[in-house]
Amino acid sequence: MARTIVNVPATARRGEIITVKALVGHVMETGFRHNETGALIPRDIIRSFVCRYDGEEVFRADFHPAVAANPLIEFSTVAMQSGKLEFRWAGDNGFSAEASAAISVE
Amino acid sequence: MGRETRAMQDDDATNPGMLWVLDGETLWRGKAGAAAKSCADCHGDAAASMKGVAARYPVFDSSRKALVDLDRRINLCRTERQQAPPLPSESRELLALGAYLGRQSRGMPIDIAVPEPAKPLLEAGRAAFQRRQGQLNLACAQCHDALAGEKLAGSAIPQAHPTGYPIYRLEWQGLGSLQRRLRNCMIGVRAEPYAYGAPEYLELEYYLMWRARGMRLETPAVRP
Repeated sequence: MARTIVNVPATARRGEIITVKALVGHVMETGFRHNETGALIPRDIIRSFVCRYDGEEVFRADFHPAVAANPLIEFSTVAMQSGKLEFRWAGDNGFSAEASAAISVE
Repeated sequence: MGRETRAMQDDDATNPGMLWVLDGETLWRGKAGAAAKSCADCHGDAAASMKGVAARYPVFDSSRKALVDLDRRINLCRTERQQAPPLPSESRELLALGAYLGRQSRGMPIDIAVPEPAKPLLEAGRAAFQRRQGQLNLACAQCHDALAGEKLAGSAIPQAHPTGYPIYRLEWQGLGSLQRRLRNCMIGVRAEPYAYGAPEYLELEYYLMWRARGMRLETPAVRP
């Protein structure tokens, strides 16, 4: 399982806009590069990222070959209730990574 | 280094080098080799036992009469104490352990000891820094002392203080050691790079860290 680092504020006021950061370890091989013998290095990238807040999807991104290795996603959402944010990355060669973080809303 | 790169480095949630630091923490606790011992079995909690250690490396090992950098020390521990095969240079495991150890000294001033028998090695490093080499016939000092702060093509020329190794270099899309960075510069002036672990690199590392003494360690640093 790939390394992930997610950052969600531990506490927030109801209705507050919060910043969420999610970093994942991945080579993001584009599929356009060649090795020393001239053979194509097969593509190996993350295809999608989804964040769910208490089961409800609040952010989604599709990744393409130009995205850098170890991609960092930063986005905002509104703190509605105390609960759990779940992150899921999926990609080529059956790649999948998961992470979660709790938030307490007053 | 730009403002955005520094912000990325200073926030553990955005610094990609932290992925290696977390790997290093796992390796620190994991048992290895025929002795079936982990780093933690001898050294305990790295936050206490390894605080300030990376800021003192490379060191002069008086029994070997040679310089030992952090990577070499990790491998000496592996072969002698854990009875495990040494980790290859630039392998993910070695970089991860180096980043984890360096992280324990973040913010501490670089403090390189130069005992009497190590003085010729420091001078050899200084001489290498000032010696013209390669087809372009350039010395390190010509850019990094005389032209620091100017531009090479579009990029800023830094003062060559190795304060954050192993670094996450955005150009590499990954973590790399100081020796890898030195190879880059040598290839840049079209000189033949030394093999990893060569004494010439150690002398240069020693001189560069001594030259940066007093500056604070930033490992794992992020650089463009």
